Amino acid sequence: MAELKLMKGNEALAEATIRAGADAYFGYPITPQTEVIEYLMEQQPEKRTGMIVLQAESELAAINMVYGAASTGKKVMTSSSSPGISLKQEGISYMAGAELPGVIVNVVRGGPGLGTIQPSQADYFQSVKGGGHGDYKLYVLAPASVQEMSDFVEDAFDIAFKYRAPVLILSDGIIGQMMEKVYLKDQKPRMTNDEIIEKYGNWATTGKKGRERNIITSLDLQSEKMEKRVHRLMKKYKQMEAEDLRFEKIACDDADYLIVAYGSSARISQKAVELARKKGIKVGLLRPITLFPFPKKALFDLANQVKGILSVELNAGQMVEDVRLSVEHKVPVEHFGRTGGIIHTPEEILEALEQKIINNGSIRHHKTRESSIL
Amino acid sequence: MTEEIIIAGFGGQGVLSMGKILAYSGIMQDEEVSWMPSYGPEMRGGTANVMVILSSERISSPYLKVFDTAIILNQQSLDKFQDSVKPGGVLLYDPNGITIHPTRTDIEIFQIEGNKLAVDMGNAKISNMIVLGAFLKIKPIVKLDNVIAGLKKSLPDRYHHLIPLNREAITKGMNNLKPFLVAEMILK
Amino acid sequence: MEVLDIIKPENQVFCKTKLMTDCALSYCPGCGHGTAHNLTMEVIDEMGIVEDTIGVAPVGCSVLAYDFMNIDMTQAAHGRAPALATAISRLWPDKYVFTYQGDGDLAAIGTAETIHACNRGENIVIIFINNGIYGMTGGQMAPTTLEGMKSSTSPYGRDIKTMGAPLKITELVAQLPGTYYVTRQSVHTHKNVRKAKKAIRMAFENIKLKKGLSFVEIVSNCNSGWKMTPNDANNWMEENMFPYFPLGDIKVDGKLK
Repeated sequence: MAELKLMKGNEALAEATIRAGADAYFGYPITPQTEVIEYLMEQQPEKRTGMIVLQAESELAAINMVYGAASTGKKVMTSSSSPGISLKQEGISYMAGAELPGVIVNVVRGGPGLGTIQPSQADYFQSVKGGGHGDYKLYVLAPASVQEMSDFVEDAFDIAFKYRAPVLILSDGIIGQMMEKVYLKDQKPRMTNDEIIEKYGNWATTGKKGRERNIITSLDLQSEKMEKRVHRLMKKYKQMEAEDLRFEKIACDDADYLIVAYGSSARISQKAVELARKKGIKVGLLRPITLFPFPKKALFDLANQVKGILSVELNAGQMVEDVRLSVEHKVPVEHFGRTGGIIHTPEEILEALEQKIINNGSIRHHKTRESSIL
Repeated sequence: MTEEIIIAGFGGQGVLSMGKILAYSGIMQDEEVSWMPSYGPEMRGGTANVMVILSSERISSPYLKVFDTAIILNQQSLDKFQDSVKPGGVLLYDPNGITIHPTRTDIEIFQIEGNKLAVDMGNAKISNMIVLGAFLKIKPIVKLDNVIAGLKKSLPDRYHHLIPLNREAITKGMNNLKPFLVAEMILK
Repeated sequence: MEVLDIIKPENQVFCKTKLMTDCALSYCPGCGHGTAHNLTMEVIDEMGIVEDTIGVAPVGCSVLAYDFMNIDMTQAAHGRAPALATAISRLWPDKYVFTYQGDGDLAAIGTAETIHACNRGENIVIIFINNGIYGMTGGQMAPTTLEGMKSSTSPYGRDIKTMGAPLKITELVAQLPGTYYVTRQSVHTHKNVRKAKKAIRMAFENIKLKKGLSFVEIVSNCNSGWKMTPNDANNWMEENMFPYFPLGDIKVDGKLK
């Protein structure tokens, strides 16, 4: 029976990590996600399940602890917020290159630089386009509720091990800091060392026992070998697109207009949809749950139905580019979003939809742009 | 039922915990709840606020522009959130330290002397529970028994001896609520 | 007597280290890395712990250590080997976890990871090859490059006023309560090879006894980076490196010497 609790998103994620049977968490405090490590330290998971929690000397050390632990087949997580995630990019790139499973959580705050500690979704590009150096992608899950902060932990680990690839949970200050009801899953047992050796012994560096040695590296000095590795990664990403794409459609069946939003913005946009429908405007919401893979086809199909699309993000316009690519200029696509840590209200979103999409402002703009190309 | 509330005051006045207790009480009677705090430097003494929603339906946005009720504990918050109350909504405030009183005539306004009554009770920290009691008198959206059940669930065992004091404070709030008439204030 | 009559097992007096692969070493002739690799693998073999050993390779000349050491190994990002080793050792407390790092990796880019792994007293071995130069990238200044020593990024010699003094990181980590055994060795003579092997053996025995962190520095040469013949490099090392980085134990059984 699932246990019902009132928790902050950050706490729910931390509790879910223990319950998912994770082996370790390595982190470094940064607002607005510090509750993750605080909660874990307070819970003493070493006593509950044997899970290790360590406060590293930096985000660099934390991600490399994850890299080390993952290389031995262990189920491990690190979390941080935007500036800390930038520091982790080298390690994430190494994990992608060395094909290691692991979960990274970004509770996003505003940037660039030290920016603000207030909520933001300005790390979209960094999350879905690579982030670190080299040809790789992350599977990116975007929770929109405290419940999903909890549920996505196990989902993220499953995907990480299915593909032997790092997975990112892209949250933000709103989802991390807010409290909601959450149904916690039952405790899953941690795998024993013998089980790990049995299951991942074909690749993990657990000690050369009864087999040839294993090597974990992202280095191939021979170009032909390195290209093969890159191709292997690309194959994984294709498979993710085919098998593990996730999105949610809300009130889309009869929609004349569409809002695309993820995470906290999807929650706020849903209220904007409610307000619009009260005014008699038929608006739907498409919420990408995975940001990579991105629901390209669903958007392409909806573009045959709706007259215009508004991409609502707490940033200066990032996901809007992927929305435009997906609909291939069939309908106008505009962006709306506040930055600097300001959270847009449902009323603001509706106003933006009316001004930028419904009142044809952007259609004119769109045509002008097309004709200038011609 | 959906009740959208903002609670605002100085950090340390128990703004966030009042919201938390309200949310817990909602859970005790099977409501959907959300609790969305302002966070950051506020925790160190500036103004703090929390948006609390209780609803029988799935809650969409936890972040709102307008509210059914505003519970206000200091002047800055009164200035900031008076206009965020929906027409016909409720504004409840503690007049302690307030020099510029509310002026809206399209909403219901109430006062509760939370701070003063708490000092009279010998525990200034209990003022937020007095204010909560006053709110529940205006809008009995959660039963007192569920508030107590929520407290039991949310407080660590070592604080359970304080539950009777909290109950007393809530009752005190319920019994000391005063309507505030903008017209009277203007006449004065 | 024919040559083939001599090549018989009973006549063998020396053999290739068992735990080294057949892969040809990528190190320059005369470099100390090969010997340090051999010693580490000999110790692991002689202790019978190969099945329980996990090594962490750095970035630098020994980035390809995993090509030569026939054990399970993970290659770390530049400077982060102690962070990897920390996690592996915490999660597999009965394994023998070691890092093998050069001076740029351990004492420049990875200083924080080095200091903090030592300070936490992780139950691991750190083998630190100090040759006072960046070999892999072609002879740039290292944190341990001596005063006045020329490199491609200190072409007029290291000026300590602008470039800082060579970092005695080994003395530094010896001050931390988490280090149990800290020593400085070399592998340029038979006598020193034997001593260095003893030190590496003691370090790995400490893991077995869960004593905390053992730190073995090996002062080595870099004849190509220093632009000397192997012999000259060894002589130069004795005359210039050893006075600044004196050989011997610095901390034994958790006590400073």
